[in-house]
Amino acid sequence: MSVQDRAPGNALLEVSGLRKHFPVTRGIIFKHQIGAVKAVDGLSFSIRKGETVGLVGESGCGKTTTGRMIMRLEEPTDGKIVFEGHDITHMRQRRLRPLRRDIQMIFQDPYSSLNPRKTVGSIVGAPFRLQKMETEGGIKKSVQELLELVGLNPEHYNRYPHEFSGGQRQRIGVARTLALRPKLIVADEPVSALDVSIQAQVINLLEDLQEELDLTYLVIAHDLSVVRHISDRVAVMYLGEIVELASRDELYQRPLHPYSTALLSAVPVPDPSKRKGRERIRLTGDVPSPLNPPAGCRFHTRCPFVQQTRCADEWPELRELRPGHQVACHWAEDIEAGRITPKERVPVAATEA
Amino acid sequence: MGKSEQLTGSAAAPEASSYTPTEYLEVRDLRIHFPTDDGLVKAVDGVSFALSEGRTLGIVGESGSGKSVSSLGIMGLYNRKNSKISGEIWLDGQEIVGASAEQVRRMRGRKMAMIFQDPLSSLNPFYTVGNQIIEAYRLHNDVTKQVAHKHAIEMLDRVGIPQPDRRVDDYPHHFSGGMRQRAMIAMALSCDPQLLIADEPTTALDVTVQAQILDLIRDLQEEFNSAVIMITHDLGVVAEVADDVLVMYGGKPVEFGDVETLFHRPEHPYTWGLMGSMPRLDRPPTERLLPIKGTPPSLINLPTGCAFHPRCAYRELNNGKSEAEVPQLVESVPGHKVACHLPHERRQQIWAEEIQPKVTEEPLASTDFEEGAP
Repeated sequence: MSVQDRAPGNALLEVSGLRKHFPVTRGIIFKHQIGAVKAVDGLSFSIRKGETVGLVGESGCGKTTTGRMIMRLEEPTDGKIVFEGHDITHMRQRRLRPLRRDIQMIFQDPYSSLNPRKTVGSIVGAPFRLQKMETEGGIKKSVQELLELVGLNPEHYNRYPHEFSGGQRQRIGVARTLALRPKLIVADEPVSALDVSIQAQVINLLEDLQEELDLTYLVIAHDLSVVRHISDRVAVMYLGEIVELASRDELYQRPLHPYSTALLSAVPVPDPSKRKGRERIRLTGDVPSPLNPPAGCRFHTRCPFVQQTRCADEWPELRELRPGHQVACHWAEDIEAGRITPKERVPVAATEA
Repeated sequence: MGKSEQLTGSAAAPEASSYTPTEYLEVRDLRIHFPTDDGLVKAVDGVSFALSEGRTLGIVGESGSGKSVSSLGIMGLYNRKNSKISGEIWLDGQEIVGASAEQVRRMRGRKMAMIFQDPLSSLNPFYTVGNQIIEAYRLHNDVTKQVAHKHAIEMLDRVGIPQPDRRVDDYPHHFSGGMRQRAMIAMALSCDPQLLIADEPTTALDVTVQAQILDLIRDLQEEFNSAVIMITHDLGVVAEVADDVLVMYGGKPVEFGDVETLFHRPEHPYTWGLMGSMPRLDRPPTERLLPIKGTPPSLINLPTGCAFHPRCAYRELNNGKSEAEVPQLVESVPGHKVACHLPHERRQQIWAEEIQPKVTEEPLASTDFEEGAP
């Protein structure tokens, strides 16, 4: 399960300098652009074959947009997406279609991502028809095999989505995703709409399928404990940028970026005896608007370790501090060594406006 | 204050006229049923608990376990035409179930208030945030608009909204998710209610904001000494804020105890399942989660006997009792009540030998066990 025994260096997907700016326009007839929401602003990472990369961050940090750009559901503004050696960044639909077999997506909401007017059989079988794929024994047989694979009763082929519970619907979504035997699966919040006990079932299912079918996952989630459970490497995003990228154990045991530390310390611990005496870094205020992100380090308006120099005017590059552990902070070494201590901060009103 | 919560037996005979409650809130054998075309939905079926001022009760359960409906029942927010409600709810010495809608409306806001899960759909987009706080305040207090406006600014300031004098005239869509939730809390607290019901107050929020909101609720509780009911599905949140915990399944309470007992010595197989389902950050990563198999039951067609039996891994140990007989919520050790057919000693043994090592994956702290075992 570790990263090492999964053929390192064998990148399935490479993303470099990826940007998505949504234009903000004014005027009805003569539209002119007055600004841009910098949803994703310069992401670079790669996913190796067979591994699971987790993408975490708060809402609005651009993690979903990243996933949608990799799926080419969103046209990147800038940057490059290379999948198995093919540059798919601006590839035309006609050429892209055969490649779509290899990249599939699991959606967050099992209620809105299944067409209520179609039967399960036709939902799960749709990829075969769209890709005009001939399957052994017909589409019906393949669909029933898929349903069995994800733990559903194959006899439910003719039922409609509303006859299933949330967890079962998510399994239907997974079955559809798996139909074309993709290589890479982008899972956007695959379990956040489900009950706790059902979440665990779906997480286990995803892990089993990965082992069985040799899948590669990009898991987008806001739940840090779920991400730790399934990921090999984790990228932490803040306001459209990756602020830290490391192997799971590195990140969760020795986070280097103040934002990752704060994020981890904010997760409630299900152990009442640890309630007292736990250090929590309280972040004040909200995430600044991506319309007008702060200059320099984007986190400096909320960072408890903010320094007089560099933070506000110099953009921190994502640099490798330890092998495989990248962080975008000017002062990461000093913070880790304890040379800089967090300040008691008064709420910064400016970040809220 | 000590532990003053007592759960009355769920089959308590209602003697409404002669009963005198001892706690601020007492719920006795509450049942809320909704007749529908498909059958009778028993959303809440025999819930009893008590809560004194200054304490926090966490209600945990999956969707459809009846946790939200119970709280709406306490608030009187159900349609009397299409729901059947029985049992007793005593709030500050007054019975609510039998009270008129007007009486309950007077108590709402002043004696009890609620924070809803989704702040965007609970705030009216047509009115400014300030107006919505003022409305509640002026209903219960005979003050001028100016005084109420000032009070609204004070409330927003208290829940940590920056520049409250400016933000008070903003509309809900000007606020971010965390600030909307703060505005909801300000609204709920505007009349200093003694009972605050928070229904999944942080589920729609990010972790950093969740931490802020939980701190806020805790601080305000200390300040006003109010009773708080925290409804959530997140065991982490419960462990952070609750004093006592009620676990619900299929409309019925299945386990009740103080938070330490419940997390260190849970006795109901469903509670074990919840703990095994949850990946935890405070422990080394486990290879696999231990989910509860199956899905939550339909409230129209509850399984016979123990509602949890189709999903329970230990039902065979009861010689068919699980399928035939509904287990009662009975005390296993003082202050800890469990609704399970398994004998108390057997449950403790299963938890210690089978469940705890897998859930925690660390050698068990020896003290954890000696205390509770008789």
